[in-house]
Amino acid sequence: MTAKESSDQPDAEHRHGAQGAAGARSTSSLAQRLSTYGPLIGIAVLAFLLLVWAPNSLSTFRLGNLGRYCALALASMGIGLAWGRGGMLVLGQGVFFGLGAYAMAMHMKLEVAGPGGVPDFMMLYGDGTMPSWWEPFRSGPFTLFAIVAVPLVVSFLLGYAILKRRVKGSYFAILTQAMAVAFATLLIATIKQTGGFNGLNTFSTFFGHNLYNPEVQTNIYRLAAGLVIVFLVILWQLYRSRYGELLVATRDAEERIRFLGYDPANIKLAAFMMAAVMASIGGAMFVPIVGIVSPSSVDASASILLVAGVALGGRASLFGPALGAIAVGYGRSTLSESFPTQWTYFLGGLFIVVVLILPGGVASLWPMLRSRLSSVQRKPSSIDVDDGLEADEPAVLA
Amino acid sequence: MQNRRVLRIAVPLLASFALVASACGSDGDTSSSASDAVDDTETTDATEAPAEAEAASGDICLDGDVVELGFLNSTSGGMAISEQTVRDSLILGAEEINAAGGIFGKQIEFIEEDGQSEPTVFAEKINKLLTEDEVAAVFGGWTSASRKAMLPVVEGAKGLLFYPVQYEGLEASENIYYTGATTNQQIIPAMDFLASEGVETLFLAGSDYVFPRTANKIIKQYAAVLGIEIVGEEYVPLDSDDWTTQVAKIAEAQPDFVFNTINGSSNVGFIKAYDEAGLSADNSPIISVSIAEEEAPAMGVDLTGQYASWNYFQSVDSPENTTFIEAFQAKYGDRPTSDPMEAAYTSLYLYKNMVEKAESFCVDAINEAADGVSFAAPEGLVTINGENNHIAKTSLIGQINADNQFDIVFSSEGPIQPDPFLEGYDWWDPTAG
Amino acid sequence: MGSNSGLRPWFSIDVFVGDGRARARSSPTGCPLLDDDVKAETVDVFTTPFLTGTANGAILLMAALGLTLTFGQMGVINMAHGEFLMVGAYVAYLTQQVTGATGFSIVVALPMAFIFAGLLGLLLEITVIQWMYERPLDTLLATVGVALVLQQLAQDVFGAQGDPVVAPSWLGGRISVFGYEWPHRQLFTIVLALGALGALSAVLKYTGFGRRIRATVQNRQLAETLGVSTRNVDRITFFLGSGLAGLGGVAVALISGTNPTLGTAYIIPAFLVVVVGGVGQLKGTLIAAWVVGVVTAFLTDWISGSMAQVLTFALVVIFLVMRPQGLFTSRTRSMA
Repeated sequence: MTAKESSDQPDAEHRHGAQGAAGARSTSSLAQRLSTYGPLIGIAVLAFLLLVWAPNSLSTFRLGNLGRYCALALASMGIGLAWGRGGMLVLGQGVFFGLGAYAMAMHMKLEVAGPGGVPDFMMLYGDGTMPSWWEPFRSGPFTLFAIVAVPLVVSFLLGYAILKRRVKGSYFAILTQAMAVAFATLLIATIKQTGGFNGLNTFSTFFGHNLYNPEVQTNIYRLAAGLVIVFLVILWQLYRSRYGELLVATRDAEERIRFLGYDPANIKLAAFMMAAVMASIGGAMFVPIVGIVSPSSVDASASILLVAGVALGGRASLFGPALGAIAVGYGRSTLSESFPTQWTYFLGGLFIVVVLILPGGVASLWPMLRSRLSSVQRKPSSIDVDDGLEADEPAVLA
Repeated sequence: MQNRRVLRIAVPLLASFALVASACGSDGDTSSSASDAVDDTETTDATEAPAEAEAASGDICLDGDVVELGFLNSTSGGMAISEQTVRDSLILGAEEINAAGGIFGKQIEFIEEDGQSEPTVFAEKINKLLTEDEVAAVFGGWTSASRKAMLPVVEGAKGLLFYPVQYEGLEASENIYYTGATTNQQIIPAMDFLASEGVETLFLAGSDYVFPRTANKIIKQYAAVLGIEIVGEEYVPLDSDDWTTQVAKIAEAQPDFVFNTINGSSNVGFIKAYDEAGLSADNSPIISVSIAEEEAPAMGVDLTGQYASWNYFQSVDSPENTTFIEAFQAKYGDRPTSDPMEAAYTSLYLYKNMVEKAESFCVDAINEAADGVSFAAPEGLVTINGENNHIAKTSLIGQINADNQFDIVFSSEGPIQPDPFLEGYDWWDPTAG
Repeated sequence: MGSNSGLRPWFSIDVFVGDGRARARSSPTGCPLLDDDVKAETVDVFTTPFLTGTANGAILLMAALGLTLTFGQMGVINMAHGEFLMVGAYVAYLTQQVTGATGFSIVVALPMAFIFAGLLGLLLEITVIQWMYERPLDTLLATVGVALVLQQLAQDVFGAQGDPVVAPSWLGGRISVFGYEWPHRQLFTIVLALGALGALSAVLKYTGFGRRIRATVQNRQLAETLGVSTRNVDRITFFLGSGLAGLGGVAVALISGTNPTLGTAYIIPAFLVVVVGGVGQLKGTLIAAWVVGVVTAFLTDWISGSMAQVLTFALVVIFLVMRPQGLFTSRTRSMA
């Protein structure tokens, strides 16, 4: 491969979302730059929609809903990184979502309790003594630190144990789902420390701001939406970077990466940890917007719902997971209003249809269409997902 | 071909989403009278006059001839088992009231929402009902988790919620009316009954969540006062149905009675394991607080002779109950009636009486008028206690007979005043474990 | 109001005053053989959880057998497998509606459950799975969707309230094992599971299509060149695996009746059993199911039910970290 080709390849490979194929069709620098920086335009448009248009056009209720979808979108974007780009189907992101959510909720509960006070549920269900590990969450900065640090540590431990042993594919997926179930069960079992089945609720302030003030609510929404935009940019850069290439390569050909001298476990571990942090931040934003966190936001079905959005939107694309999560959340709210039982059928059907017909999600429609319309062969891209033309590596250990 | 077909579906879907999102901007300002106090006194914004906005005197907070009410129950998910009957009885009550002239002359229109057995969905739906649909009141909720999730929303929106389920007490809100029993109307009378039967040892079996844990906390403290010894306390998660190990412990401990606070399908597993272990009403009777006329036949085991503590049984002998049962069965077929759905039915009539006493649909006016409002319910006379927004209810202990109905064997002498914080009981120490 | 109907007289029991508290122990054989409280209690501490755990492990086994078959042979992960358990339970309920709660009802329900669950599995295979062999992640996701659909269907058809399944009288008794009254139902479950396992092994070893299954698992392409219709073999395997789950569903129904969400409680433990035992390894699945069942039962006995689930999961993860391939593996993925 000449130097020119190899430097062309990365640019051509990083097409995202609806930007279409640049590929070999045109070598003009404008088209190249468009394909490279095009996603930024998309992000800018989305930023405008979310941060400028929505707060001025939607009612507070709908805005709150959109904020919730944004929080879920953060978690889904992490899944897009880990699964779409990294090939690790994580069915248990509810765990990290819950870690961030409970951390934030603990802080907000302690805010309500006041200095030196004890959250109300501990007096109701327990004997009024607070476990010592609650105490640090009185401090806002520590809480923010914990929202990032705790999932990092937990995902490192879990990921290291599992990935280093080369557990992959479906084993990994099942383990992560079992993890979510176990964590939810743990929360339910510790009613005196975590509120149990009821979870943590009844907050009044968010870092000192009154939660019932619509201005504050709008600003919290802006924070959530802003975080989505920020992480979109981060992911965009990540996908273009060398690490992004490595990750995709590990997804597609792990053994070859190993032979090239990299440790695929480390590469995947980094993605797993980043996905964990993103889920945690999503959870942390979920709490002030929704006003409650309970084990039902953590368990297997909540985790699967996060994956649904990613599958719908297109797991390996940049915008797919975020938009898919928003679409799924919105669908759930509106469809369940009119057709409560039909919503479950729709969700189930979504999984089946996406896997059978459209593994790349909605995001893969546009490139597919273009490639059918255009006569030029489309180069394979990182947003392609394995549609089963070649057999997967068997999930059994080598 | 496949791609195009999918495209044809997907593109319109996305387009319609965009359209709807943009169309959703009817009432969209975020300014409000700001009050940054820690107090939650903010109403959410709306450009139309909301039904419950306070106004000059003479305003009844309602325009037109129709009063909109929200019915929020789980019709999907794990709790749908129990909540569907609540929904049915609410609809029955609404139709009856409409036929009799409506509330304060206004006909009821109800908006149904599905809580999906998830607290976050309950919070979202009640928010929608109160702020978008601007209903005058919401009826529903089931688990304590769902109620706790709805509490800040209904308080923030200054709406009204009528909660029909027995629960663990320790709560009172200006914006919620609790028409189910609190602990001093269900648990404590049950303990009194046990004491009167000469029970000396008691085994506690419950599901692992807040209601059984709180109930057992109360039971343990009261048992100490009554001189009843607690010989065991076992919990099984709500979604687990296997009670074999714990029932073996019961068989070994051989208590005089078992106090059952299990909920959901786990109850079935418990009863079956009980039966398998050779325990029955003869040698190890159970008193439970969540087995009612609907659950009893679904156990697959003969429960004759076991006890339950409620505030309403289908076998209550009163003209109001007879009418109620006839109306319910005329509409829905030969289904049993039970406590929570009766409480929901009652809550609708209580609301009607409150509104008509206040002569207004404004929440503040209703709250002022609420104390003392009563209704001749199928369970007996119930009266609202304005201090804590609960109702005075008669406690009943029933024993299951061969028809899966309850023979009433014990009842309190008249309605018991609700005491959700157990302030009237000096043996109650909330800080004890 | 308030007439006391009078309680029935208490069952009179032998009361041993042990350590100052009145502790009652019933004497099943009539002679106070186990007068020694300490000895009896020790036995009880071990016997009850052990036997309960074995019975629960038996149900896990029946659920996991089908999974390990399909996973090992076709690389297919079927997250809707729990719903086949549910189907078996509902078949038991429906059988009882037809025949009444007689002693025969369960005997009839078993083969019916096997056939119905098997047919449902076959349907699933033909419509959804067959395009996704050797793509375990895809089948995982797709079958998650199928599971949701099936659960909602069951709720719409049968109602969200569960339906009762009455155990016939010959299942209602107990036999006394070391002073512990062991319910017949648990014994029946174990016999059923072992019987199913035995029948499956026999089928694999001695029958024609058992040989074809083994051939397909060991080397699919070579089997095809020898004229084995691997498509049919796959379908038979799916039928068998799902049918086994149906049998398990009957056993579950005897514990707690039916309800639409019955399958969700078993799917994850069943998968963990499959993975711990080694995919495609029948004897590994047997041992793993037994161990998981017993360990969970012991933990439930010592600590609460919820924490027991958490600890069981933690132990499984630790085991898998130490030995990711499971208990048994072989170079060629054999079914022996």
